Amino acid sequence: MVRFILRRAALGLLVALTVMTLAFMLTRLSGDLAISIAGPGATQEDIEIIRKAYGLDQPLYIQFASWISRALVGDLGNSYFFKDSVSNLIAARMPITMTLGLVGLGLALLVSIPLGTLAAMREGTWVDRAVTVVTMIGQATPSFWFGLILMITFGLTLGWLPISGTGSWQHFVMPGIVLAMTATPALTRLTRSGMIEAIASDYIRTARAKGLTRRSIIFKHALRNAAIPVVSIAAVQLGFMLGGSIVVETVFALHGVGFLAWESIAKNDFPVVQAVVLVLATIYICLTMLSDILNALLDPRIRST
Amino acid sequence: MRRVNFAAAIALAFALVAQAGPASAQKSSDTLRIVFRDAVPNVDPYYNSQRTGLILAHTAWDTLVYRDPETFDLKPLLATEWKLVDDTTLDFTLRQGVKFHDGSPFSADDVVYTINLVSSPDSKVSTPSNYNWIEKAEKTGDYSVRVKLKRPTPAALEFFALVVHIYPKAYREKVGPEGYAKAPVGAGPYKITKLESSASVEFERFDGYYDSPKGKPAIKKLVVRFVTDAATELTELLSQRADWIWNLNPDQFDNVNKVPFLQAVRQESMRIGYLSMDAAGRTGPENPLTNLKVRQAIWHAIDRQAIADKLVTGGSRVPLAPCFPTQFGCDGEAAVKYDYNPAKAKALLAEAGFPNGFEVELVTYVLPQWAASAQSYLQAVGIKAKISQLQVAAAIQRAQKGENPLYFASWGSYSVNDVSAILPNYFAGGNEDYSRDPELIKLVQEGGSTNDPAARKKAYAKAIKRVTEQAYWMPMPTYVTTYGFSKTLSFKPYPDELPRFFLAKWN
Repeated sequence: MVRFILRRAALGLLVALTVMTLAFMLTRLSGDLAISIAGPGATQEDIEIIRKAYGLDQPLYIQFASWISRALVGDLGNSYFFKDSVSNLIAARMPITMTLGLVGLGLALLVSIPLGTLAAMREGTWVDRAVTVVTMIGQATPSFWFGLILMITFGLTLGWLPISGTGSWQHFVMPGIVLAMTATPALTRLTRSGMIEAIASDYIRTARAKGLTRRSIIFKHALRNAAIPVVSIAAVQLGFMLGGSIVVETVFALHGVGFLAWESIAKNDFPVVQAVVLVLATIYICLTMLSDILNALLDPRIRST
Repeated sequence: MRRVNFAAAIALAFALVAQAGPASAQKSSDTLRIVFRDAVPNVDPYYNSQRTGLILAHTAWDTLVYRDPETFDLKPLLATEWKLVDDTTLDFTLRQGVKFHDGSPFSADDVVYTINLVSSPDSKVSTPSNYNWIEKAEKTGDYSVRVKLKRPTPAALEFFALVVHIYPKAYREKVGPEGYAKAPVGAGPYKITKLESSASVEFERFDGYYDSPKGKPAIKKLVVRFVTDAATELTELLSQRADWIWNLNPDQFDNVNKVPFLQAVRQESMRIGYLSMDAAGRTGPENPLTNLKVRQAIWHAIDRQAIADKLVTGGSRVPLAPCFPTQFGCDGEAAVKYDYNPAKAKALLAEAGFPNGFEVELVTYVLPQWAASAQSYLQAVGIKAKISQLQVAAAIQRAQKGENPLYFASWGSYSVNDVSAILPNYFAGGNEDYSRDPELIKLVQEGGSTNDPAARKKAYAKAIKRVTEQAYWMPMPTYVTTYGFSKTLSFKPYPDELPRFFLAKWN
């Protein structure tokens, strides 16, 4: 088991390094930072002054080496546009993104587990097919569009919810729903297949033979077993959602990490973009590792792979 | 029983949501709720190059000089008098009894500190060229300052009016640049009371504000929020959770005006579109655009008036000269005029040796429909323009590297009402100069190196004649800014694209 964890950790580290290299290269390819700091009306003179002042005239490999070496000891550098360190910027915005992610995940689980269970119990019937159609629509709907529809319905027409920004729990309702929609299809399908498998298994037959009630069989025995992969996938989904909240945060003007990423990409604020990518990737890697370890603990067969 | 509790919980949730309702309603709470799309990470006026940043700067900070938005006349603000001692020396007499928002008094020390800080090359200000003509500032008395310029700068006072906001020396030195960016203090009509970087800024009328030409603000509080998405922003306005937005899509203009509680207005801005042509052969010496007849053909091929009337709309004009008509030195009479005449364009192309036209790349960041219309006009005379629609920064980067054969872009002159804020950018041999014409370079430099109005006018008129004669750089329609705001608000837009909330009031 220890060897398994070490192997996973080494793999995670490699992934993180790859992500760092890619993030660095892609941000450099996307445009000239000096020009974007100077703004659209700048003269060449301005740009040269800025290039020198920010050390952007140094060769790329030196810039890369200095960034990596500082990032490894936790110094993510300073933003070119905010008068602040990148770590502070991310720390200040993480609570919003985390709240949004957890609300989204909670809502997704709240919908997908009952829906998946229902579909499994009525396997092959119109109920099952209806659930499939609903989840497919959920998967195919672009989140910015769905966000606008919600805004118009609940913000504009009905006036129940605030349209954008943060400040109260109401602000998280619509973005949470939109984010949940992206995770619901996968979780529903997983619950459904897990339940179908569980219902067909021997211990359920035994439970039935013992004369247990249908409710007790489904909820106490089948769902409990079917839910294990769902929970471990949910951890991975949370990682996805933190990354995927960029669109949702932008549409709803929630000033979290996703919005910071969007804003920094638009301004070519490389240190921030790189750091956000790195932080989100690290969270994702940790969650995936956690889910792997969880699975390995539950199922010894996985450890040897 | 359990079911009943559940129903009660749901009902309670809805009741809470309903109670939340729209945030504090505008007029009744004397709070103007403003939404911008362009988030400002750092509101310190010198550390962003954003228009939104400049608007916030004029709300909370004051400059030495005030430019009347109606007449463009310069009026005393923090300085009561100024005098050009010689071509490179400006003396300011400062106003006495002015206080910053933290209560500290304003004096020559603050002015000297600010000017010397921002004009220094190590200051890392976002737009060094706004200040790099300044040599240094010296204190000549408690309320008098002498500013030495590196070279004669005819538009110096315009810059002092628009982009030189005065810092409180003692406070900024005490808190440092980072502390200042988080809790800025100025001497403007509003003070910043709450700041969440790139999310929101709250202002409150500064009761200690002096008797200034900006006047005492009529509205007590301003709440500025940044909402990036245009559709979300518009929904905020429609749901009466925002009172003022701008740069809304022109297609929405009529719709907003139909809403009973909203009004939409348009105002031509000082930003002009342009089509630059690679006459200097920077993209390749064989380039057809190096041929004068080809360039003239392009001037005749595009119906710019139709683009202004049908696409830009709202009072857009086609400038005759390569500058905004109100700018000092922008003499439309000096320009050679080209009518829309596709037949003549075809004839000119044939004379130039391109009877079947040619292919060329058109690089742009302007609205796709504008670039597409220029493309169709060119197509009609046989020129096949391939559009490269880029982000602003990427397009500018290519322009400066000399990679754009045809380049449809825009320039706002930083709202400076003088051609020295536009012509040198394109015709003085810099990176965006695609004519590289020694005669023209000389004329533009001549116009900017003296303070004598008559001599300047003469040099610029000659430069304008040369640009248009040689058909180097074609002015495209002027931009029109759209504003949407509550009918309870009285707000007047100006061509310099600096919304002045301190002049707004409730009806």
